[in-house]
Amino acid sequence: MADNDKDKPVDPHLDPANPDNRISVQRHAADSEHAAKIVGEIPERPRADKPVAPKMRKPTRKGLVQEVGSTGHQWDGITEYDNPMPRWWLWTFYATIVWAVGYVIAYPAIPLVNQATKGVLGTDYRQEVAAEIERFDQANAAIQTRLAEVDLDAIPGDPELLSYATNAGGAVFRTWCAQCHGSGAGGARGYPNLLDNDWLWGGTLEDIHLTLQHGIRDPQDGDTRYSQMPAFGSDGILERAQIDQVVHYVLSLSDQPHDDAKAADGMQVYTDNCSACHMEDGTGDRSQGAPNLADAVWLYGNDHETLTRIVSEGPYGVMPAWNTRLSEAEIRAVATYVHGLGGGE
Amino acid sequence: MQILEKHKILEKNATLLLIFSFLVVTIGGLVQITPLFYLENTIEKVEGVRPYTPLELTGRDIYVREGCYVCHSQMIRPMRDEVERYGHYSLAAESMYDHPFQWGSKRTGPDLARVGGRYSDEWHLDHLRDPQALVPESIMPKYGFLMDRIIGPQYVRDRVETDALVGVPYSEEMIAASVADFRAQADPNADAEGLQERYPGAQQRNFDRQPQLTEMDALIAYLQVLGTMVDFSTFEPDPTR
Repeated sequence: MADNDKDKPVDPHLDPANPDNRISVQRHAADSEHAAKIVGEIPERPRADKPVAPKMRKPTRKGLVQEVGSTGHQWDGITEYDNPMPRWWLWTFYATIVWAVGYVIAYPAIPLVNQATKGVLGTDYRQEVAAEIERFDQANAAIQTRLAEVDLDAIPGDPELLSYATNAGGAVFRTWCAQCHGSGAGGARGYPNLLDNDWLWGGTLEDIHLTLQHGIRDPQDGDTRYSQMPAFGSDGILERAQIDQVVHYVLSLSDQPHDDAKAADGMQVYTDNCSACHMEDGTGDRSQGAPNLADAVWLYGNDHETLTRIVSEGPYGVMPAWNTRLSEAEIRAVATYVHGLGGGE
Repeated sequence: MQILEKHKILEKNATLLLIFSFLVVTIGGLVQITPLFYLENTIEKVEGVRPYTPLELTGRDIYVREGCYVCHSQMIRPMRDEVERYGHYSLAAESMYDHPFQWGSKRTGPDLARVGGRYSDEWHLDHLRDPQALVPESIMPKYGFLMDRIIGPQYVRDRVETDALVGVPYSEEMIAASVADFRAQADPNADAEGLQERYPGAQQRNFDRQPQLTEMDALIAYLQVLGTMVDFSTFEPDPTR
């Protein structure tokens, strides 16, 4: 090895002649000067198989921290301190283990051969929720029975019933009705606005109540409100030109921009095909759910394109019957709520 | 501690370490896995729950693909407010054929465990195309593109067979008829007898009002069956649970 070293060019990183290496040269010089002292002061390294007993890291009186012991592990001369885990962490960890064991014993937990463990507390969520529902039903039973039995017309005149029905009805509305009619009952395109005084099937408390009970065009309810506007275009009842004419006539009924010549032709088409339900003057017929075409309220829109589509394809809006999902008291409550929104008759 | 000192014997002997590691893993594994062998007995026996029809199953895959579960849970907890809002609390049996289940816990949107039959197909169409048109305060994205994605039955049989492989009781007959059932459910004029026999209560109609069979058909078919299989008017909760 040494012989080979002679042949090698001097490594500039080790060359003492290189001024960049002066610090290293000086350190080596100092080390060799104090060699004896350094050797004498090397601390005894803990042997791997005999770790130093860990010492607690206690603050001394002067506020300094005492050095802790070593685990005996060394890597490249770096030893590993044997610091204990933080006490708070360790105790929290133990506490979670104790808690887990207690929880498994106290509550339903582990599936065994025949059934899952039940827990010593006897927790039964099904009974809890049944009891909770029962408690609220009991609390409301008196007023709900009265609401369900009283004459419909008497509800607005009874302050107690009216107050209960409006509040309970509001809750029912926001749960079951808001998805279509909007959380503020303002409706959406194709879903009627319940705030105004324009009603398809009638706006008295009794009408609203009946609509809620049996729905509109609900295939599962025999007493549902039913009518069907023909699909004049797709079923080939009217020619395309006739539909265009009748749409212009309908637009003229509510004084909207239209083509006078086409509207004049459309009048005959209207009389032959539409007036039976929407009436001669276009004011509609609530007994058939036929909307008023002469006012400014439009369910699907009032532009030429939408009206053409409606006449061609026939609208078929549906509302479910609620008597299968809500109790009579709930239906009456939401009817009262809707009736009181502003448009009730 | 004396016992901890003994641990060093293991640390220095590779074979011993291997044996003892295996022991630890075995015990841990048994504790975790053994209860799962008896999982069946935690599922209440309930009338009416059937495997999904091929079309519903396809819709379910679309539901998963679109990440609906990120915002919608399918798990009504036994609490009064949830029961009053969504309907009867969910039963384990109702999701026993779900692979994977869609219970979830994140409700940015409402729970969908009982959305079936709650709205009309038209409502779902309007709502999936433009949720804000119906619910202005909604932040749900628009899914109108599903109406343009025409689907065929090329993977339907494989899909049903895969579920059968993991334990969903699809019979040989169901697998053989899967492609026909897939087509028939979205076609109001198809012969429904076989479909009804295999999947009682399956709803058969043109869900998206388009002549083609699209992903929208499948998704609405799936949404409309959710939570409707068990008849809760006759359901008696098992008192031992």
